[in-house]
Amino acid sequence: MTAVVEIRDLRKTYRRWRKPPHQALAGFDMEVAPGQVHGFLGPNGSGKTTTLRTLLGLIRANGGSMRILGQPVPQALPQVIGQVGAIVEAPQFFGNFSARETLILLATAGGVERRRVDEVLELVGLRERATDKVRTYSLGMKQRLAVASALLKQPKLLILDEPANGLDPAGIREMRDLLRNLVAGGMTVVLSSHILAEVQQICDAVTIIAQGRRVAAGAVTEVLAAHTRKEVRVRLEAVEDQPTAAQLLTNAGATVTVESDHMVVHGIDQPAQITRTLAAHDLYVAELTPVSVDLESVFLELTGTVPVPGQPLQVGVAQPVTAGASGEGAAA
Amino acid sequence: MNLFRAEFRRLSKRAVTRWTLLVVLGVLAVAVAGTWFTNHKPGPDVLALAEQRAYAEYEEQKRWWEENLDYEIAACERSQQTGDGFWPDDFDCASLADQGPRPEDFSAEWYLPPTFEFRYEFSAMITVFVALLALYAFVVGASFVGAEWRTGGMMNLLLWQPRRLRVLLAKLVVLLLSLLGIGLVLGAAWTGVMWLVATFRGITETTTAEVWGSFGLNWLRGLVLVLVTGLIGFTAASIGRHTALAMGVATGAVVIGVPGALIGAQIAGADYPEAWVWPTYVIAWMDKSVTLRNWNACNYGVGGCEPAEWVVTWQTSGIAMGVLAVVLVAAAMWRMARRDIAG
Repeated sequence: MTAVVEIRDLRKTYRRWRKPPHQALAGFDMEVAPGQVHGFLGPNGSGKTTTLRTLLGLIRANGGSMRILGQPVPQALPQVIGQVGAIVEAPQFFGNFSARETLILLATAGGVERRRVDEVLELVGLRERATDKVRTYSLGMKQRLAVASALLKQPKLLILDEPANGLDPAGIREMRDLLRNLVAGGMTVVLSSHILAEVQQICDAVTIIAQGRRVAAGAVTEVLAAHTRKEVRVRLEAVEDQPTAAQLLTNAGATVTVESDHMVVHGIDQPAQITRTLAAHDLYVAELTPVSVDLESVFLELTGTVPVPGQPLQVGVAQPVTAGASGEGAAA
Repeated sequence: MNLFRAEFRRLSKRAVTRWTLLVVLGVLAVAVAGTWFTNHKPGPDVLALAEQRAYAEYEEQKRWWEENLDYEIAACERSQQTGDGFWPDDFDCASLADQGPRPEDFSAEWYLPPTFEFRYEFSAMITVFVALLALYAFVVGASFVGAEWRTGGMMNLLLWQPRRLRVLLAKLVVLLLSLLGIGLVLGAAWTGVMWLVATFRGITETTTAEVWGSFGLNWLRGLVLVLVTGLIGFTAASIGRHTALAMGVATGAVVIGVPGALIGAQIAGADYPEAWVWPTYVIAWMDKSVTLRNWNACNYGVGGCEPAEWVVTWQTSGIAMGVLAVVLVAAAMWRMARRDIAG
C-alpha cells in the first residue's frame, strides 16, 4: 500500500546572520501508512515543525525527497494540497474577523462549498460562537477553529501540530474522539504533540525525531516493546534482607539495583526464577511486578532529554542520540 | 478566480480599509464645508455693491491724482532741468495729465467676496483629493499584506494555495483594482460635489470643454499616483513582512530622506539639489512640469541673472515611477518566492 507521507533523507540548514548555520534536519526519514493516526514526536527544537513546514511547501529543503499521497512535493503540491488539511504550530488568525468569516474566506480561496463551513463549525463545537470576532476567543477556541479550517477541505491527510494546546480536559477528549472518527472514515492523521500519554492512547504508530534525525519509528506497541528491558520490581517481606537477596540474585546472573524499600532486578528471563532462588534461602517475596515502559520514558531516553535535577535542560541541546539504540528496527 | 474573490472579500472586510476610508471621507467633507462657507455666489446685489466700491475707489484715486498733478509736473520739469536723470530729457512732462487713473483700471471683481470659480480652483481640489487618497492607498496597501504576514494569515492561505507568486500577485491586483474603483467612484463624487459648490457658491460658466479635458488628464495622473503609492506600501510591507516596516520607510522618506538628500546634494555641489528629492517628481507629475533653477550658473548677457534651468516633466516623473514600481514588485516577488515561511 502506498504511504500517505514519505520523507527520505530530508535536510535543512538555516543560514543565520553572523552566527554559524543551524542544521535543523540532518537526513530525516518518515513514513506514514494510510488510515492511521501517526504520532510525530520530538523535543523542542528537534525539527518537527521544520519537517511539517517543509512538507507543506512553506520552507525550502536543502536536500532529500518528499511525497504526499504518492505525489512528489513541493513540485506537485498545488495538485495535492486540496487533499491535505493542516495546522502548523499555534493557530494564527486575523483577530478582527469572525470564525465564520475566516472559514468563508478560506473556503472561497480553495473553492470549497459554503455549506461546509457550517458543518465544520458544528463539528468542532464553535457553532454558537461562529459570529464572534476571533480576538475574543480563548486559545482552546482558536485551536478548535484551526482544526475546523484544516477539516474544511475534507482532506485525505490531516496534519495537526499540537492540536490539544489550550484545550481543557473535555476538549482533549473531544479531540481524541474526533480524530478516531476521522480515521474510521478513512482519513490519515499526522499528529504532533507533547502530550505523550495522549499520543500513546490515540496513535497507531509514531516517529520520534531528535536533533533533526529519526530516532525511532513504527507501531506504538513495537516501539515500546523495543525499549522494554525486562526489569522486575521485587519487594521482600523484610527490608533488612535486601542485601542478602541482592547477592543471591547477582550470583544467579541478574543485575540488581537496591532501592530503599525494593530492588529492581534485570537480566533474568523468568520471574519465577527470582522466587525460587530467594525461597531456597528462606527469603520470601511480598511483591513481584514487571517494570513497564511508557512512551514518555522511551521519548525521554531516545531524545536525550531526561531531566537532571539542578540542571535546566537547554532547548536544542540533548544527550548524544544513537539510532542503533532506538526502535528503528520496529519501523517500516 | 476563487482566490481573487476571496481577496476582494478579505480587503473589503478589513477594519483598516473601512475606517481609514471613513477618515478620508471625513477630511474631504471638512474641505467641502470650508470651501462652501468661505465662498459666495456673486449675485446682482453683490455685483452692484462691488461695482459701487470699484467706482468709489476710482474716484478716490482720481481726486488724489488731480490734487498732486501740478506738483508731479513741476517735479518732472525740475528733474529735467537739473539733469538728475530721474525723468528722461525727451519726456513731455505735461503728458502726465493724460496718465491718471481710468475707470477700467478698477475692476468690480476685485471687490467681490471670495468665489469658487470652478475653472481655476478645481485643479487644487484634485490635488487635495489625490494627496488624501494616496495616503489612504499607502496605509491600506501596507496593512493588507503586512497584517497577513504578522498574523499568520499568509501562511494559512499558502496551506490552501501553495502557488506563492500567484497568491501575492492576486493580492496586489485586488488592491490596485479596489483602489482604482474607489478612486473612480470617489473622484466622480468629488467632481460632482465641487461642481455643486461652484454652482451655488461660485462660478461654473467659464468651464470650457478644453478645461474639462485638462481636468480629465489631471485625474488620470492623480489616479496613477494613487495606484503607485498603494503599490509602494504593499511591496514594502511584503518585503519586510510587517505593516510597520512600510510605515517606517514612509516616515523615513519624508522626515529624513527629503532633507537628507537636499543637504547631501548641496554639499556635493549638485547643480539642481531639488532633482534629488522625490517630491519634485510628484509635483512635476501632477503639475505637468517643474522648473528647477541653478542660481550659481547665471547668464548675464541679457541683463541681470538668468539662471540655468532644468525642467522636470511629467514624462520624466512617469518613467521614474514606472521603474520604481517594477523594481519594487520584482523585489517583493523574489522575496516571496525564496523566503522560508517559518513563523
